[in-house]
Amino acid sequence: MTEPKQTPFYPAHVSAGGKMVDFAGWNLPIHYGSQIKEHEAVRTDTGMFDVSHMLVSDIKGEQAKAWLQKLLANDVAKLGLVGKALYSPMLNEHGGVMDDLIVYRINEAETRYRIVSNAATREKDLAQFGIIGAEFGVTITPRYDLAMLAIQGPHALEKLHGIRPRWRDTLGCLNVFQGADMGNDWFVARTGYTGEDGVEVILPGAEAAAFFQQLHAAGVTPCGLGARDTLRMEAGMNLYGHDMDDGISPLEAGMAWTVDFKNESRDFIGRSALEQQKAAGVEVKQVGLLLESRGVLREGMEVVIPNVGGGVITSGTFSPSLKQSIAIARVPKAIAAQAQVDIRGTLTNVRVLKLPFVRNGKKQFD
Amino acid sequence: MSAIPTELKYVSSHEWLRLEDDGTVTVGITEHAQELLGDIVFVELPAAGANLVAEEQAGVVESVKAASDVYAPIAGEIVAINEALVDAPEIANSDPYGKGWFFRIKPQNAADLDGLLSAEQYAAEIG
Repeated sequence: MTEPKQTPFYPAHVSAGGKMVDFAGWNLPIHYGSQIKEHEAVRTDTGMFDVSHMLVSDIKGEQAKAWLQKLLANDVAKLGLVGKALYSPMLNEHGGVMDDLIVYRINEAETRYRIVSNAATREKDLAQFGIIGAEFGVTITPRYDLAMLAIQGPHALEKLHGIRPRWRDTLGCLNVFQGADMGNDWFVARTGYTGEDGVEVILPGAEAAAFFQQLHAAGVTPCGLGARDTLRMEAGMNLYGHDMDDGISPLEAGMAWTVDFKNESRDFIGRSALEQQKAAGVEVKQVGLLLESRGVLREGMEVVIPNVGGGVITSGTFSPSLKQSIAIARVPKAIAAQAQVDIRGTLTNVRVLKLPFVRNGKKQFD
Repeated sequence: MSAIPTELKYVSSHEWLRLEDDGTVTVGITEHAQELLGDIVFVELPAAGANLVAEEQAGVVESVKAASDVYAPIAGEIVAINEALVDAPEIANSDPYGKGWFFRIKPQNAADLDGLLSAEQYAAEIG
């Protein structure tokens, strides 16, 4: 049994009182005392998350764009400026989701890109990058020397300006879903997994712990995996391995918007499988569920729709912002505004809602 | 190392018992239990007046992480339940041995308390 790996932030986590757990082979904090308090800090102020377990891969090659246009279901041709980011699934031949990731256009010539992908799928992703990459002669460089920190919340940018005043001008022009090279292997992107404003900072591992301490001293709340999960669920964001995986099509997981069919000559991996699915009709869809009575909806619970059929909860939790339980579920498309969930043997009424539940701190439904 | 007050009794299912002056026993979950559970969001308590046998289910404590059954540590009648806990379940995290009490039980046999774990024995069990 191998020991979980440490990220460059490890000493900072321990120092801040992090309760460490093994997540996908990494030693990360589940919380630093209360995941609910950490969640609230992100919705009202600023929190920070060590996301160094994710993989950063730097791509170089004359045919890098063509490679990505084959590899990914979304189209990098959409990246109209340097630094622009694209969220995309990476599909297998059957149209199942191998992973979801973000790709940044790094240069004008579209010969350099940066990909940020999930920890649990690291080896599988690198293998797929390599197999397809060989056809296009691209160089794929995993950046194991880098750390990554998400700083999220309504005051995130303000806090960052405070400790990096020389960044103020660049950050001031940074659009949502755009990244900027700050020099010396620092890269700041206005992206996140919480539904709040904020950034994800990629930086040299050697400078990680000091950066964390600076932000902590400036009043940014360290947040763990527990809060990360409740925040992303409120924001209606998928988690690979739960809301979708290699056996689930993006069309079944609320990700149809991430698949770009427009360029008919772009034969991305999984395209024909998806076209067949569309032609046959996709019978299931992704919805949000809200439990207004007491209890917690959990992954794996059965969703029951009388006279229609059944579905399953793919992610469930207690929402600290709503103070009620929420879930993401894959259900028959004929579902109406109400359904039932089997909670430990009792059929319980739930409301069926469109995702997200919360955006920029505000409830998105009546 | 979590707190394990020496004047209380314990059971392996991570509950503590305090013998009150009137012979009733107050029951709650230990600090170790609340730490394992994480943030508690709902608590279901037994009905006042219910007569339970030892190890019978006496409620549920639900955290963000998981739902966990609470058991009657000894046989008896539920004479009081902590309504404040139902309204603010996080008290079981912040004050597990004080304001976070779950229910009070009138023991069927006072002698049942003797067979329970001491603080040292519970400490040894949780390691």
